[in-house]
Amino acid sequence: MYDIASWALNIGALLGASYADVRIGDDRQRALSTKNGKLGSASDTESLGIGVRVIADGAWGFAASEDLNRAAVEATAAQAVQIAKASARVKQHDVYLAPEKPSTAEWTTPIVIDPFAVSVEQNLALLIEIDAELRSVRGVTLAETNMNFRREQQWFASSEGSKIHQTKYTSGVGYAAYAFAGSEIQKRSYPTSFGGQWQNKGYELVDELKLIENARRVGEEAVALLKADQCPEGVFDVILDGSQLALQIHESVGHPIELDRVLGMEANFAGTSFLTLDKLRSLRYGSELVNIVADAREEHGPGLGTFAFDEEGVAAQNTLIITNGLFTGYLSSRETAPMIQAARSGGTLRAEAWNRLPIIRMTNVSILPGKQPLTREQLIAGTDSGVYLETNRSWSIDDKRYNFQFGTEIGWEIKRGKRTRMLKNPSYSGITTEFWNSMNAICSREEWVLWGIPHCGKGQPQQVMGTGHGAAPARFRGVKVGLAYRGNA
Amino acid sequence: MLIRDQNAELVERIRKYSVADEVEVIVYNTRNALTRFANNVIHQNLAEENVAVSVRTVFAGRTARATTNKIDDEGLKRVVEASERLARVQHADPDLLPMSDAGEGSRSARMIPGRHFARTAALTPELRAEMVGRIVAVAEKHRLTAAGIVSNSETAEGIFNSRGLSTWHTQTAAEISITMLGTDSSGWQKASSPDVDTLDAAALAETAARKAVEAARPREIPAGKYTVILEPAAVLDLVGFMFYDFGGLAILDRRSFLNDRVGTQLFGKNINIWDDVAHPLQSGSPFDGEGIGRQKLHLVDNGVVRRLVYARGTAARMQRSEVKDKVGPIEPTGHGFPLPNEVGEAPMNIVFGATNNPKTVDEMVASTERGILATRLWYIREVDPYEKIVTGMTRDGTFYVEGGTIRHGLRNFRFNESLIHLLSNVEAMGTPVRASGEESFDMVVPAMQVGDFNFTEVTKF
Repeated sequence: MYDIASWALNIGALLGASYADVRIGDDRQRALSTKNGKLGSASDTESLGIGVRVIADGAWGFAASEDLNRAAVEATAAQAVQIAKASARVKQHDVYLAPEKPSTAEWTTPIVIDPFAVSVEQNLALLIEIDAELRSVRGVTLAETNMNFRREQQWFASSEGSKIHQTKYTSGVGYAAYAFAGSEIQKRSYPTSFGGQWQNKGYELVDELKLIENARRVGEEAVALLKADQCPEGVFDVILDGSQLALQIHESVGHPIELDRVLGMEANFAGTSFLTLDKLRSLRYGSELVNIVADAREEHGPGLGTFAFDEEGVAAQNTLIITNGLFTGYLSSRETAPMIQAARSGGTLRAEAWNRLPIIRMTNVSILPGKQPLTREQLIAGTDSGVYLETNRSWSIDDKRYNFQFGTEIGWEIKRGKRTRMLKNPSYSGITTEFWNSMNAICSREEWVLWGIPHCGKGQPQQVMGTGHGAAPARFRGVKVGLAYRGNA
Repeated sequence: MLIRDQNAELVERIRKYSVADEVEVIVYNTRNALTRFANNVIHQNLAEENVAVSVRTVFAGRTARATTNKIDDEGLKRVVEASERLARVQHADPDLLPMSDAGEGSRSARMIPGRHFARTAALTPELRAEMVGRIVAVAEKHRLTAAGIVSNSETAEGIFNSRGLSTWHTQTAAEISITMLGTDSSGWQKASSPDVDTLDAAALAETAARKAVEAARPREIPAGKYTVILEPAAVLDLVGFMFYDFGGLAILDRRSFLNDRVGTQLFGKNINIWDDVAHPLQSGSPFDGEGIGRQKLHLVDNGVVRRLVYARGTAARMQRSEVKDKVGPIEPTGHGFPLPNEVGEAPMNIVFGATNNPKTVDEMVASTERGILATRLWYIREVDPYEKIVTGMTRDGTFYVEGGTIRHGLRNFRFNESLIHLLSNVEAMGTPVRASGEESFDMVVPAMQVGDFNFTEVTKF
């Protein structure tokens, strides 16, 4: 593959590119799902192609093709240069990249069981068994299960001499039960919504999640929600389960710290950010308990943002984003790092596939667990009055990432340290920094899970990317609850 | 780009490699190019060519799909084998119908306007840069910063199966989206068309710039219920959240807000909605994921949901269901997605009916005593699936209207609004236009003046 890459790099140099990189991707995916005891979908997809990114006349160009014949590869590289020269017609300054030493590397996601080596029969048998367990609960009107596997191979080569071959495995599995009655549809998902849990693991992820063991409870909760009390509107102490906190981090920390947003590059679609450059190392983002990192390294865990090198050949790093509540870091790339006077890229440039231009993406943006031992049950026991909210149902945040509103599938009232009545249709809302400054407890390491969010959209054309978010249940003081249903009762 | 004759040869090779009872091949070939700008410079600029060959095989009620972009002999053999391997291990589905034949596919086929424009396909990076230059010039004239895209694409898609069905569609698309940013305000415009010559970059830029200028120094007013004037893109992004519920399978799955509501007066009597792929302002192919021609359907008739859309298999299941007498006419309508899938079908060519007395946005403003004009909505998500409450934010041009005049820009709002309530409180509508948003597919929708729109919070800008 490096020979093919060299054809493109040579043409780039011949036509005047001052920089070029090439990514050849070989992607394989399997998607299986069931619905009410029958097959929902069964598909295998493979995709192979080349993407060439160049700087010529001080501006960017990118071209991609599925054709790996020499003539086509050279034409694709020439097209990238032509595009770059067209870009240069509307520029103010030449693109400048933070220096990066060339790397030669080989890396593969550490997996135990190759998910593509497990028979489809075995996969479907498990999904059908879960489905049957969900529907064994009287009142469940729809049961859905899914299982997804992906293997992405990528060969990266640059005009600076990097040669990096990475193979990344991703697995995802989950299910949901729906109950419809009267004028309500309720839903419960496991292990969380968005198709369940997703990690950079092999089939061992499926074995770890106790899928069958939780199915009946999930079905029962979906039905019980139909008769549960409506979550009241008011200001309450709120405890979020880890999976909901993961999405809270994603939306109200992960996106606003993307330096391309901050610099206006995403203004037309994804939006900008309230985290203007003056706020770096001066904004009190959260309470002293809030410590958030963006860590793409293998030692952080098998998150969807774990890799060895990003897609411009920068090694995976751990960036301190919020340190004891203080805002301390952005997600950056070789082009954006110099704009904040950083000596080196933070290594967060990623692309959906070979045919997409890499852009700044979250890696594993995780909150660190509390240092003092604290289980979820102890956290609830230490809460006099409040609500415990679990599993995301809806999510929305403004285009600068100030005002958010989340709904969860289920809630419970907390009274005098006890989880009491079940609450349906819970929601909470707030302003990002006010919310994070209200965090007054977080559970410790044994409750911390590295959750995967598989479908984060950004960029034009829109790219879908998986991101990782480690989180443990945490408590927030004085949160607005229930506004989503105000005026709609 | 593949041409139809090359497809015939490709499909023949696939059929030769397969031992399945039935074989279906979907071919999708695309060329995309997109020039992206921000801070008044082009910062991303790309082109892509790709092909996808998707093979569905059937063995006695068992089916599965495999897709590849490797169209040499080895790649095609492998994709057939992958599809067959997946299909063989399924449980037989008694509801799976034989593939549609040529007659069934063409029975409801409709003539659509030509949607392939050579000038759109041939748009070069230099020409896109020229358009960006015109947009940036407008920004600089108004002392604003421009961000956005200019894009063009060319696609060819076909569906072929072993029962003789053969369909083919080519089209082009062009899109311009512009955000103009001021110090404390912004304005936005977006337009799309198969024909790039119908898009006026400078005019869109001027409108976006005017909004950014007029929205400067935004003020905060309390959240609450207001009369709102929604421009077409805002209407589109809201109503787009309900159309997947118009599929028959959504009713059978009991996940639709139309369960037990078909045939009832659900919306105001001034609401009429069609699905019409042949409408001159629409785009897309005239057949569905099984190659069945898309019918024109009057989905909502004076506020009453009369029609649902059906894939072939869903129609057959609905005919046997206990709710078959409560859902209106049941027949395959040409709205199915490629099989196998969990969603079933959906109307994708929405056209709102024109009112007898259309109002311009300016006329709506003039008739509003106290209200809010919204240019664009953002990050809309479903809060309640049966009451169809959705939440989201206003963005890029939100204005306070009082005494029939736009008074000033506003800090943006969060809303939590039921779509049933929304479409029951439409006080005035504009002439439906082709609109393009971010949360939903393009539609032909009017601007709307809506009473008692439910804003629940205000953000910081």
